[in-house]
Amino acid sequence: MGSDTRFQLGHRQDKPRFELSSAALLALPGGFLFFLFVGPIVYALFLGFTNLQLIGPHAQRWWFTGLANPTRLMHDTVFFTSVKLTLIFVVGSGMVGQTLVGLALALLMRRSLMPIRLSVGVLVVAAWVIPEVTAAFVWYAFSQAGGTLGILTRSPHTNFLFSAPMTTVSVANLWRGTAFSMLVFSAALRNIPSEVLEAADVEGASRFRRLWSITLPLLGPTLVTNLLLVTILNLSDFTLIYTLTQGGPGNSTMTLPVYIYQEAFNYYELGYGTTISLVLILIGAALSLLFVRTSRSAA
Amino acid sequence: MRFLNRKAPPTLQPTGPLIVVDYPRLSPTGIATNTTLVIVGVAFALPLLWLVLAAVDKNADWSIRLPNLTIENFRAVLTAHGLQPFVNSLYLALVTTVVATGLALLSAYTLSRRHVPGKRTVMLLVLFASGLPVTMMLVPIYQIYATLHWLDSRFTTSLFLAASALPFAIWLLKNYIDAVPMELEEAAGIEGAGTLRVLLHVVLPLVLPGLAVAAVFNFISAWGAFVVPLVLDANPDDQPGTVAIYQFLGSHGYIQFGQLAAFSLLFSLPVVVLYLLIARIFRGGFAFGGGVRG
Repeated sequence: MGSDTRFQLGHRQDKPRFELSSAALLALPGGFLFFLFVGPIVYALFLGFTNLQLIGPHAQRWWFTGLANPTRLMHDTVFFTSVKLTLIFVVGSGMVGQTLVGLALALLMRRSLMPIRLSVGVLVVAAWVIPEVTAAFVWYAFSQAGGTLGILTRSPHTNFLFSAPMTTVSVANLWRGTAFSMLVFSAALRNIPSEVLEAADVEGASRFRRLWSITLPLLGPTLVTNLLLVTILNLSDFTLIYTLTQGGPGNSTMTLPVYIYQEAFNYYELGYGTTISLVLILIGAALSLLFVRTSRSAA
Repeated sequence: MRFLNRKAPPTLQPTGPLIVVDYPRLSPTGIATNTTLVIVGVAFALPLLWLVLAAVDKNADWSIRLPNLTIENFRAVLTAHGLQPFVNSLYLALVTTVVATGLALLSAYTLSRRHVPGKRTVMLLVLFASGLPVTMMLVPIYQIYATLHWLDSRFTTSLFLAASALPFAIWLLKNYIDAVPMELEEAAGIEGAGTLRVLLHVVLPLVLPGLAVAAVFNFISAWGAFVVPLVLDANPDDQPGTVAIYQFLGSHGYIQFGQLAAFSLLFSLPVVVLYLLIARIFRGGFAFGGGVRG
C-alpha cells in the first residue's frame, strides 16, 4: 500500500536526497584515496605472498608463492626480536613514558608560575615540532662519545648509542613525543569544570585526594584516547630510530618498521618485506578499530 | 554580502573555563611544582642547546661548550649545498598541502552538509584510515610507482604524501565545518548561488581558521617527511632537507658538526615559525583528543 502511494505522489520532498553535485564533490577525493590509499593496502595483501625482489633473479620474473613467506616469518628469529623491541618501544617509551610525562607536565603546569609554564611549554613543544630527522640528529650528538650525555653522566668516552641503544632511542622518543600527550591532557584539564574541584575543596578534600578522586577519574576517557593515539603514532615510527641507529648495533634497535625497510630496500626482498608490513598493518588496523570504537559517538 | 562578516567564525578554542584555584605560589607545594618544572625544562633544553651552540661555533664537535662565535657555518653550508634541499622540501610541502587540504575541504564539506548514504560508515572509515600506519604501505606503493614509472619525481612523491595525510585532514575539517552554522549557506542558496559559489564565497571564509589548521598540519608533516621521499625519489637533485641531513650524518667519515647544526637549525625554522603563527588555533585543534568523543 505504502509503496503504491509513493509512486503516485512522486518522491517525498521532506526527505533529504543524495544530490548529484555531492557525488561530483566526493569523486575526486574518493578516487584519490582509492588509488593511493586503499590500493597499496589491497596490493600488499597480494605482494606479501610473492617472491618479488627489488634487485635479483625475482625482480622481473616473480610469482605467487603461497605460504612460503608466512612460513619463513614463523622461523625468522629477527622477526620475533623485532616484535619484542617494538613492544618495548611502544609500551615503554610511548604508552608509559610519553603519556605519564605528558600528564605530569599538564598537571604541574596548572599550578606553576607563568614564565616557567611558558618556557617549559615552548621547549617541550619545540622538541615535537622540529622535523623528526633534526630531533634524531640532536640526539645523535647528545649521546655520542664526548657528547652532553656523557659529560652529564661522567662517562665522556661512552657512545650511548652503542652501550645502551634501546634505552637511548626510547628516551629520545620520549623527549620528542611528550608534547602530544601534554597538549591533549592540557586541553582536557581545561574542560574539567572548576565547580567540582571547588566543591571538594570546600568539603575539605586534600590536594592529593582531589587529584586522585576527581581530576584523574575525569581524565579517564582522555587517557584511553591518548593511549591509543600514542600507540598508533609510535608503532609506525621509523625516522627517529633509523636515523639514530639504522636498527643496530646487531639488531638491538630493529623495531618492525626498521626491519621492514631493511628487508625490502637493503636486502631487496620486497615480497618478504610486504609480509612483515602486513603484520604491522594488522596490528595497526586492530588498534585503529579500537580507537574508532572508543570515539564512535563523534561520527 | 556584508552581513556575512558580522558573524564571527567559530574558533576551536577550549570551551570550559580555566581552572583558577588560588594557591599561594610560595607554599612548599608551589616551590616543589615550579622546581620540578624547571628541572624538566632544563632536561628538554639540553639536547637542543648543543644544536644552537654548535651552529655558531667555529670549531664545533660533539661536546657542549661556549662557542667560538662565527656565522661561517651558515654561509659554508649554503654555498656547499645551495638552497636546493630547501626548495625541494618547500615543493613537497606545498604540493602536499594544496592537494590534501583542497581535497579534504571538498569531502569534508559534502560529508558535513549533504545527505550522503552511509555517511556514518564513511566517517568511521576515514577515522580508521587516519589511524593506519602509512609508512607501512611503503613497499606496495613503491612497487605501484615502479610499475607506473612514477618513481623519482617530486610531484608523484607529494601525491602519496597527500594521500596519506588526507584522512586525518578530512576528519579535522569535517568536525570544524559541523560547528559552522548552516543558515548562511541556506540563505545564499535561496538567493540563487550555485554549489561552487556557496563553497567559495560563503563556506570558505567561515572555515578559514579550520582550513589553516589543516593546512599547517599537512605542511609541517610533509616538511618533515623522510622515509617517503627517501624511498620514492632517489634522484639526488630532488633530495629534500630531511634526506640531506640524514645523508650528512650517514656519510660517517668526517662530519662538519657546525655546518650540519647550522643546516638543521635553518631547516627547522620554517615549521617552528608556522607553528607559532598558528599555535592559538592549533591548541584548540588538540581538543581533538577530547573532540573526537564529541
